[in-house]
Amino acid sequence: MDRHITAPLTDQEAKSLRAGDYVYITGTVYTARDAAHKRMQEALEAGERLPFELENNIIYYLGPSPAREGKIIGSAGPTTASRMDKYTPELLDRGLKGMIGKGKRTKEVADAIVRNGAVYFAAVGGAGALLSKRIKKVEVIAYEDLGTEAVRRLEVEDLPVIVVMDAEGNNLYETVGK
Amino acid sequence: MIREIHVEKLTEQIREMCIHATHFLSADMDAAMKKAWEDETNPLGKQILGQLQENLEIAGEEMIPICQDTGMAVIFLEIGQEVHFTGGNLEDAINEGVRRGYTEGYLRKSVVGDPLLRENTKDNTPAVIHYSIVPGDKVKITVAPKGFGSENMSRLLMLKPAQGVQGVADAIVETVAQAGPNACPPLVVGVGIGGTFEKAALLAKQALTREVGVPSEKEHIRKLEEELLARINGLGIGPAGLGGAVTALAVNINTYATHIAGLPVAVNLCCHVNRHIVREI
Repeated sequence: MDRHITAPLTDQEAKSLRAGDYVYITGTVYTARDAAHKRMQEALEAGERLPFELENNIIYYLGPSPAREGKIIGSAGPTTASRMDKYTPELLDRGLKGMIGKGKRTKEVADAIVRNGAVYFAAVGGAGALLSKRIKKVEVIAYEDLGTEAVRRLEVEDLPVIVVMDAEGNNLYETVGK
Repeated sequence: MIREIHVEKLTEQIREMCIHATHFLSADMDAAMKKAWEDETNPLGKQILGQLQENLEIAGEEMIPICQDTGMAVIFLEIGQEVHFTGGNLEDAINEGVRRGYTEGYLRKSVVGDPLLRENTKDNTPAVIHYSIVPGDKVKITVAPKGFGSENMSRLLMLKPAQGVQGVADAIVETVAQAGPNACPPLVVGVGIGGTFEKAALLAKQALTREVGVPSEKEHIRKLEEELLARINGLGIGPAGLGGAVTALAVNINTYATHIAGLPVAVNLCCHVNRHIVREI
């Protein structure tokens, strides 16, 4: 089913999404990948504030290529989500509502998605040029020294993604080829 | 007769090749992706392959890299034995080409200088360079920027000779099955069989630079490539791992002599952005 949703998500909307839904996201999402997750984990351990409020927000696992002159961002597709699995359950327990990436997640992540009524979306890996066109505004908000791995606030319009794991515990990858 | 080549020539070629390879698929890959779109039977898979076609058009027209992971630069240099390089250190000249390509071409800097300390080198150097000395007075350069979504799902196995062709085939199919969506299918599967531990890995990497659609020259290997492609596409993993008939575009196998006690097999997976560009100077 094709759906249009806004980000941040609402509890109700996140729970209503189903594995296999083709979804267009409009609104605000935040980028973070390996190094940013490590720093956010360290910040939580030290009792410090995170670069953005987790509550109902979506993290896009993305490290873009640099923007050409006159452009706001370069190629901007998803990276493999499993490298963030170690950090994800705690972020979900603290309010994170959605993730955009690609590839399989651990059982711990699947459980945390169900526990928190959250959702995991896949964007198409290797479609970074196309996906970049759906990003309308970019601002680095933390960890600028990490370069491509810095945390960015993105305003997106109709970013095309597919629901892979939903709040009911369904997993599209597990039904593939069966 | 010694031929002198100034290393600056290599720098300039490599700069251009890094930029070109990350924005335009080679003709063989481009044709394979179009054929994949035609062949795919699952509607979602076809939609994804259509999106990837559109992505390639945007990449070329607007000079946005096909994928944000513009890779670690893998460079093969086949150097004619009559060649004498002048004007500086060869390795420095190659890395300077990578540095210029990745900075001037707005490519992502994805390299950390130390695997444990993990500080970004900020210019995508150093490259991984493989040299070989061949007859003649030419230099053949292959630039193959390698993304790590698929690199991370690659495997090297030291099988027993008794496991034979069946063991090899099963190991390859199992590697693709385990990778599932992570390696960004449709894939090109590069396989190295034989040699030693490190030779098998190198053969697999070289297999990825062979044009898609050009089979092995060895009859028994060509048959194995065909069989494996059919088996892998029978897995149903499909585009982006979301189901479909096209999981791999090609299986390219390179082989080498090996030891009586061994059967090394390396499987180097590459996503559909299998970048390889070749020039001769």
